[in-house]
Amino acid sequence: MSENRTPLLHVENLKQHFKISRKFTTKAVDGISFDIYEGETYGLVGESGSGKSTTGRSIIRLYDPTDGKIIFDGRDISGKLSKDDERYLRTNMQMIFQDPMACLNPRKKISQIIAEGLEIHHICKSKEEVDARVNDILDKVGLSKEQGTRFPHQFSGGQRQRVGIARALVMNPKLVIADECISALDVSIQAQVVNMMKDLQDELGTTYLFIAHDLSMVKYISDRIGVMHLGHIVETGTTDEIFENPIHPYTKSLLSAIPHPNPIVEKKRIALTYNKDEEGVVYENGHEHQITETHKVLATDEEFKKWTA
Amino acid sequence: MEKVKRNKNDRVLYIRDLNISFKTAYGTVRAIRGVRLDLFKGETIAIVGESGSGKSVTVKTIMGILDSNGVIDSGQIIYKYTDDNGEEQEVDLVKMSQKEIRYKLCGKHIAMVFQDPMTSLDPTMQIGKQIMEPMLEHYKISRSEAKQRAMDLLSEVGIDNPDKRFKQYPHELSGGMRQRVVIAIALACDPDILICDEPTTALDVTIQAKILELIKEIQAKKGISVIYITHDLGVVAKVADYVAVMYAGRIVEKGKINEVFYDPRHPYTWGLLSSMPDTDTNSRRLFAIPGSPPNLMERVEGDAFASRNPYALNIDFKEEPPMYDLGGQHRAASWLLDPRAPKVELPPELVEKLSKMKKEANIDE
Repeated sequence: MSENRTPLLHVENLKQHFKISRKFTTKAVDGISFDIYEGETYGLVGESGSGKSTTGRSIIRLYDPTDGKIIFDGRDISGKLSKDDERYLRTNMQMIFQDPMACLNPRKKISQIIAEGLEIHHICKSKEEVDARVNDILDKVGLSKEQGTRFPHQFSGGQRQRVGIARALVMNPKLVIADECISALDVSIQAQVVNMMKDLQDELGTTYLFIAHDLSMVKYISDRIGVMHLGHIVETGTTDEIFENPIHPYTKSLLSAIPHPNPIVEKKRIALTYNKDEEGVVYENGHEHQITETHKVLATDEEFKKWTA
Repeated sequence: MEKVKRNKNDRVLYIRDLNISFKTAYGTVRAIRGVRLDLFKGETIAIVGESGSGKSVTVKTIMGILDSNGVIDSGQIIYKYTDDNGEEQEVDLVKMSQKEIRYKLCGKHIAMVFQDPMTSLDPTMQIGKQIMEPMLEHYKISRSEAKQRAMDLLSEVGIDNPDKRFKQYPHELSGGMRQRVVIAIALACDPDILICDEPTTALDVTIQAKILELIKEIQAKKGISVIYITHDLGVVAKVADYVAVMYAGRIVEKGKINEVFYDPRHPYTWGLLSSMPDTDTNSRRLFAIPGSPPNLMERVEGDAFASRNPYALNIDFKEEPPMYDLGGQHRAASWLLDPRAPKVELPPELVEKLSKMKKEANIDE
């Protein structure tokens, strides 16, 4: 798709360990590498505890990465940040959180919440400019100007998530990290929000890192997908490659676990199981195997032979 | 498919014209408006709907755990069971006090599995003790007998090493394991009815599949009736024999699962089915139902779904549609089914989806 372009975000061997006690360290993310190109959507999927949210939080520097390199738009943002780099990161990378009620300040009006970022970073020259940008983004996410004067509790879940998206996009970020941003919403609202995110991407050219555990939604929004398990990306490829030709047994089990809304077929189907220990897979021993230019899988040589056979 | 013959004598529970409202500081919310539902022996029914559609309130009434500001305005919930002396009993749960339901029926005859296993387990109590609790409460058995039963239940719900697990606390277990424990507690007294309120929403997809398969297996073995509450149509397709779609406190469409899934008649069901992301279509856009659910604080004029319904007729804004009989078990409440209504074409995406589903399932059109 975009091999020769320089990626917008380049993550190399990222490690995020949490020291629980002197003897025990949780290796939430243990050496992952991936690239995200401008204007695309990269989906990160995996079960809870696989480290997908931690990855997102490390990239936006809510955590200090233990090891590895994160290059964002040509700047290294993995070590100690210089003032200039920090400002660049904070204005050009934004995050949308899972629970829209928990991430909006209940004592502030919607327009104030959205304007906060603009004001802190002195992006606009005048109050009028701030208002204009806030109104513009409210309109884009399908809320009216008048609704900007309301408080978060006066909105429904779907509308709150629109506010969360507006707050992220008002900064005109290059990269938006959407961490499970639709899983708290009702099915009929999920579709609305996903469609809106897609439309906004077409309009503004924003790049998304879309973190979710719901593979079927990820399929709709992503151009490329990385499958995470226990801190490792076990398989990555374009959406078609992952869905048409999954190699790794974990990917296969994830795909088979999606329930299809087709009663006769679904009643007969039994989901595949995957147990890393039973299969004797040790992720640390594996290395990347290239299947196509974009499709890679983490495996040892024997495993790779077995899985592709 | 004809696993369960819906024979009138095999009815375990039936709800007639149930109306429930909640008194809040801002006014009365009419949460349930005329629900009618049957549950037969050994059958699985699924109640589908968005949050606020009243699906949880319906089952909470059955369990006698309706919130204190909730009032049952009218209706009947008839439950048939065999009591301790082996006699057939028929009771109206609406007439019983909540306390009575909880002492006599809950846990013993009707059991419930809640959404979040962490909040339904006692964090300070060993899981084995928690499984023993309902048995010691309802049966006259010794502790050692109860313990043995609890061990059996643990292995029945697929937890290895029951003697080791017995002494563990909820925080030591993973989410899937915790939900298995909750299911074991629910099954401890051999209930006739198991109510599962979004049992897998808090779990991952891979674990969700396992838990659903487990409940199905246990149901087949014990012949209990299960009520599922969910908003995930994929889950419904996997487990249910019969499905009821709720919207704004009313059942808008119900029927055997195949009737509803392969031949949906209500525009809301069309919307739900089309907005399900499909893993093997490549369309760029997802179908979305416009707008959001109505506020039940205000009196609903006409069909509650009308304002979000692209197929709404004039009458939808004035009068509530009656239930139309569509043959078999299939019923739907939409004015579009009236003989006087104009013919409407299904949305093209849905037509395509349905024909593909039928093809996969080998049904002739």
